Amino acid sequence: MRSTRLLLALVAAGCATAPAATVPAQAPVPVAMPTPAPNLVAGATSRPNADPFPSTYAPFASRTTVIRNVNIYTGAGPLIRNGAILLQDGKVAAVGATVNAPANAVLIDGQGKYVTPGLIDTHSHLGVYPAPGTAAHSDGNEATAPVTAHVWAEHSVWPQDPQFPRDLAGGTTTIQVLPGSANLIGGRSVTLKVVPSRSAQGMKFPGAPYGLKMACGENPKRVYASRGPSTRMANVAGYRAAWIGADAYRRKWDAWLAKPEGDAPARDLNNETLAEVLRGNILVHNHCYQADEMMQMIDIAKEFGYQIRSFHHGVESYKIADVLAREGISASIWSDWGGFKMEALDGIKANVGLTHVAGARTIVHSDDASYSQRLNQEAAKSLAAARVAGLNISDEDAIRWITINPAWALGIDRMTGSLEVGKNADLVLWSGNPLSVYARTEKVWIDGAMLFDRSDTSQRWRTDFELGYVPNEGGRR
Amino acid sequence: MRNSMLLRLTALATLSLAPVASAQVIAITGGTVYPVSGPKIENGTVLIRDGRIVAVGADVAVPADARRIDARGKWVTPGFINSATSLGLSEAGGPQFSGGYDDTGARATDGISAAFESWKGLNPVNTFIIPARQEGVTSVVVAPGGGMVGGKAAVIDLIDATSAAEMVRRASTAMVGDFGSPGNGSTNSRAEYWAKWRTLLDDVKAYQTRRPAYEAGNSRTLAASRADLEALIPVVSGQMPLALSVDRASDILAALTFAKENSLRLWIMGGAEAWMVAREIAAAKVPVFTGAMNNIPTDFNSLGQRQENAAMLRAAGVTVVLVGNGPGDGASFNVRNIRQEAGNAVAYGLSWDDALRSITLTPAEVLGVAAQIGAIATGLDANVVVWSGDPFEFSSVAEQVFVRGRTFDTKSRQQQLTERYLTLPPAYRRP
Repeated sequence: MRSTRLLLALVAAGCATAPAATVPAQAPVPVAMPTPAPNLVAGATSRPNADPFPSTYAPFASRTTVIRNVNIYTGAGPLIRNGAILLQDGKVAAVGATVNAPANAVLIDGQGKYVTPGLIDTHSHLGVYPAPGTAAHSDGNEATAPVTAHVWAEHSVWPQDPQFPRDLAGGTTTIQVLPGSANLIGGRSVTLKVVPSRSAQGMKFPGAPYGLKMACGENPKRVYASRGPSTRMANVAGYRAAWIGADAYRRKWDAWLAKPEGDAPARDLNNETLAEVLRGNILVHNHCYQADEMMQMIDIAKEFGYQIRSFHHGVESYKIADVLAREGISASIWSDWGGFKMEALDGIKANVGLTHVAGARTIVHSDDASYSQRLNQEAAKSLAAARVAGLNISDEDAIRWITINPAWALGIDRMTGSLEVGKNADLVLWSGNPLSVYARTEKVWIDGAMLFDRSDTSQRWRTDFELGYVPNEGGRR
Repeated sequence: MRNSMLLRLTALATLSLAPVASAQVIAITGGTVYPVSGPKIENGTVLIRDGRIVAVGADVAVPADARRIDARGKWVTPGFINSATSLGLSEAGGPQFSGGYDDTGARATDGISAAFESWKGLNPVNTFIIPARQEGVTSVVVAPGGGMVGGKAAVIDLIDATSAAEMVRRASTAMVGDFGSPGNGSTNSRAEYWAKWRTLLDDVKAYQTRRPAYEAGNSRTLAASRADLEALIPVVSGQMPLALSVDRASDILAALTFAKENSLRLWIMGGAEAWMVAREIAAAKVPVFTGAMNNIPTDFNSLGQRQENAAMLRAAGVTVVLVGNGPGDGASFNVRNIRQEAGNAVAYGLSWDDALRSITLTPAEVLGVAAQIGAIATGLDANVVVWSGDPFEFSSVAEQVFVRGRTFDTKSRQQQLTERYLTLPPAYRRP
């Protein structure tokens, strides 16, 4: 949605054949990188408060299901042609050339069709910038101070945003909802399953760690031009000042927790979140367009001893992809957006491909309610552009840009993002190869429950808002 | 002085574009040719001479001196037309935003800038132009942005040029207006919007019929400036279409009624809920410019927005021009993505042939340039693309793009950046 990005921006914030002589023949496989504790309960290690807004999500009712005779992009290995997958008790129970179908299983014939893991978007503002776009629901940017680590995106999430069911219908099953980019430190993100619920808590992905939104560059310095930061150097001073305060807070609390004598130190919501980053429990998601700024953010992270999990919108990732690979930082980037401001000027369509072949963990993200519905098309565009540039990338790798790689960035790769035995049965059945423009989602499962079925409009998820406002396919409101 | 020069150039360009190709004959042979104006031709030949198509068919004799382009296994289509852009008018965000330039909109008076022709400020070296051409877009409509009456749209060819005047194919194609959200613009309510239009049309007629009195200062105050009234005369006379951005079904009906009452030629732009009043639009013979990648109830005017809009309108007999209404900057940075829009239109119900037509011949007809572009037919200017495969598929590449009969090898800025960073760190200097 053009207006959203514009809003974010305002509020806050083929190419003919290129020479291929110097291109590595085969993309290096991303090196193993540290993954945070897998079964972390969100916020559980926060001191002193464990998990004040716990997930109340429970999987929807599911049926044992077998999809047979179908092409499967597992996200973990090569495409399985004419294979089968068994979904049982909300998990992937078997996947391969054939599976044993239990007697009670629903059988789906996937002749000519494709299965992928449920798609995952590391950068969403669904719920915090819902549709219709109204001032009353513009809840994504707390643009009142440059450091607002005390705010949590989940407290702005409106579960009745009609963009959620559309996202699901596009095959996107998990999203990270972030605060906007007006601030140097914008607040906590939340990872949601794209499911109907009365509350944000009912959508929260159980066990997903929190994220922290940080932003470089133009947006903060424009938003705070009159009070500061108004320059990039003041941006950096602002991050460092925040981390200095957070480190002192963490040490004070950790000392008291080790020896809880006397009154506990005073709580400070801002530093509580930042301290959790320093303890390694909250993952840093850093909006940062330019290569030179990303390099500086890496040094800041080293100075204060935290790890950047993913740079978002890095339109210049391709310039430092080797560094991102070395530092174990993933790149959450667009397929083909750029040019709309100075720091976006060097956006190129080969960004995803070049970043991938340098060995960095590469993710195609959206930052947009429309793109988020077509992450497969975004990946396909990136793949095509990479090949035009002479890069050798497989279809399977392109699928990883929108499945297991974003799962890793969100710290949920042990639970979802690939179709392997024991993982959550989050998957999509496509009418054809999802890298084709003509492919459409047919069915989408989350934890084994079929939550979208294109052939059954009677079961279509319609948000409260849509009732009486948004006409259904027959034109009735 | 400069203005009249520009006008003369424009008039010339509109009547007969100077061929930019040298006296050269090009033969595209062996491909599957989609003329659009007729059925596809297997193993067809397209013959181009002096910038024009001089022969198309399966049995075309290729002159000995022709430069042959082997298109065996390729798809040959007319160049694509993206009919809703502001290409060339902005880069790097506006001056207040990021410090770039933005020449999209005029400083209108009370929402009216009818005389504004945004294309005259088009930057021929805007870096988004080449990427669009490289993906098979050979012509675009450059429209002014915003306002009740935004100004005049033009058809532009994507050639390498040093002035906008060289690129323009048809200057005054349509008057662009935005229904928008009355209450946020120059009116406070829907009813006031239409009343203001009626007053404006009355005043255009008053100006037109009593011009000497107006010039002598013997006129009541009219609703727009002299230049804007003048610019609206062809709209009032029904010569120049009014391209109105309007989304809500009931507003579309109001626009149809308004156009009928005043004998205006109406185009509906966007038309999020047009599918709900498709029959009425078809009966009024009003074309709709819409896309296939938006299903979001963006505001209270577009609650019924859906991806099947184009297909449903087509099925009802409406003339549909496919334009980008999807994500991203489809009007500028990603003008190239019109083929993705077409592919999605097919996925959501439009036939493949209709999708191709809706970004080639149909817009050419609606825009009044079908005698020049939009098809592969004898006598037309050679805006022709040779594709490696189905042009709507991401994996297909526009291998040869002819605009006015010639190809351009200028590298885009994006290509130059790509080439520089194929190795890391980049080699800034030779050893």
